[in-house]
Amino acid sequence: MRFEIILSGFGGQGILFAGNLLALAGMYQGYQVSFLPVYGPEMRGGTCHCTVIISDREISSPLVKEPGYLIVLNLPSFFKFIPRLRSGGLAIVNSDLVERRETEEFHNLTMDKEILWLPLSSLAEQAGSPLALNMCAIGAFNGLLKLFSEKIFKKALREMLGKDKAHLFEVNRRAYLKGKSAIKNLKESI
Amino acid sequence: MKSKRILVKGVEAIALGALAGGCNCYFGYPITPQNEIPELMSVELPKRGGVFLQAESETSAINMVLGASAVGARAMTSSSSPGISLMSEGFSYLIALELPCVIVNVMRGGPGLGGIEASQGDYFQAVKAPGHGDGKFLVLAPYSCNEAYELTAKAFELAEKYRNPVMILSDAILGQMKEPLTLKSPKIKTLEKDDWILSGAKDRPGRVIKSLFLDSAELAERNLKLKQKYQKMEVEIKFERLAEGSEELIIVAFGSMARICKEAVFNLRARGYPVGFFRPITLFPFPRKALCELAESHQKRKKFLVVELNCGQMVEDVASALCGKGDILSLAYPPSVLPFPEDIEREIIKCLNLSTSLNV
Repeated sequence: MRFEIILSGFGGQGILFAGNLLALAGMYQGYQVSFLPVYGPEMRGGTCHCTVIISDREISSPLVKEPGYLIVLNLPSFFKFIPRLRSGGLAIVNSDLVERRETEEFHNLTMDKEILWLPLSSLAEQAGSPLALNMCAIGAFNGLLKLFSEKIFKKALREMLGKDKAHLFEVNRRAYLKGKSAIKNLKESI
Repeated sequence: MKSKRILVKGVEAIALGALAGGCNCYFGYPITPQNEIPELMSVELPKRGGVFLQAESETSAINMVLGASAVGARAMTSSSSPGISLMSEGFSYLIALELPCVIVNVMRGGPGLGGIEASQGDYFQAVKAPGHGDGKFLVLAPYSCNEAYELTAKAFELAEKYRNPVMILSDAILGQMKEPLTLKSPKIKTLEKDDWILSGAKDRPGRVIKSLFLDSAELAERNLKLKQKYQKMEVEIKFERLAEGSEELIIVAFGSMARICKEAVFNLRARGYPVGFFRPITLFPFPRKALCELAESHQKRKKFLVVELNCGQMVEDVASALCGKGDILSLAYPPSVLPFPEDIEREIIKCLNLSTSLNV
């Protein structure tokens, strides 16, 4: 068992937080994990991404060329990473910032790949904060793959937020649950 | 048995390893991508009664390490490539004065200010000539968080055992990636230092620690003594070998590049390709004998593909170690252009198909 995930979006959308949380929750669930952030000038304004590997075996390379999973939060990320998504791979795409019609003429990019469109920004607002769209994405992702339990998610989230941001726990958890139920509804409707 | 695992960056693992190794003095000057080391040390050392000091420059930091070591502290500094160059005068003095300390280089791209992406461009600087004169460091190259933790802790013991600086050679990828670290309490020996440190000459004759020897015979003797010390260090040689000896091609790589290569080797072996893997963990002393033994095993001439994140440096040590006992190939990636395992796999297959080897 091995999951390779690239998360990508604007700097400020919480990509590194979400990737780090995914790796932490994976570790608490007993897996081998690696979290490789991209840092430096890319963080300001441009796209920011990170690579997470969750596996039941030792992880050698932290770099992944063709991931099996993508979490795409903005349009530049769509064009940067969808071509790298493995054939048969799955992407969760934020349909609030990546309009489906803008990508339609590039349908050859998505052949053999499953794209799940979710309005992650709107869902986060419904959960109480537009800043929590990263947790909506994690909720959707884990709702789909069931890599770690609810209890472990809460443990990882609490650790990531620390004492200073402990007051953000509830809104993040709500966003996670929003994402989780949204993906369930979407899968049922397909 | 469940042991405690925490998710940390490679550089944090180095700092935690230093604390486990009994480091009680840290001096440094900030530079990306290693700032988490001083950050963590600034929080932890004062709590433990140690000293954390952000110096006004790298030159200053390394000379503070020198002073602390001379009075018997377990001192360390950390920096990244351009900062390491600034310290090199101090390195030479530390070697000459036979002062134990630990120096961490989290390599970034160069030359000059270069970039902040991963690189292995400081290999030669670390293993051949950290400073002027004939001096050497003992150089350790971890390739995971667990190894970074264990080797850094051990580095303090080795530094005291040989009275010589030890360098931890890491890079931006290993430094910035997070992975689980299993916290253990490593057994690190503390060596008797009372016979040489400058601890105040009360009730004993004064001591001098110096590097100036104007008498030429005395200087030659000094150099030969250091040389013998480097030879003694060979008992510390460490490497990882994943090869039976019957393979056609052996990949040689260290640090972050070794991780990318290991994945490629596993993938190819699963598909039946005759490929092996060799990873030096001590870069100085270099595992020359182990490489030779691998080259001579099964009486079969093999290809050695040396993969590095630079324009080809360690390949020269591999070639000199093998002394014609294998065909040497170099796969060199200049900093910032990181290959994926698939790219390495393609290159390995190309090399396997070469009938005549491109000898370096």
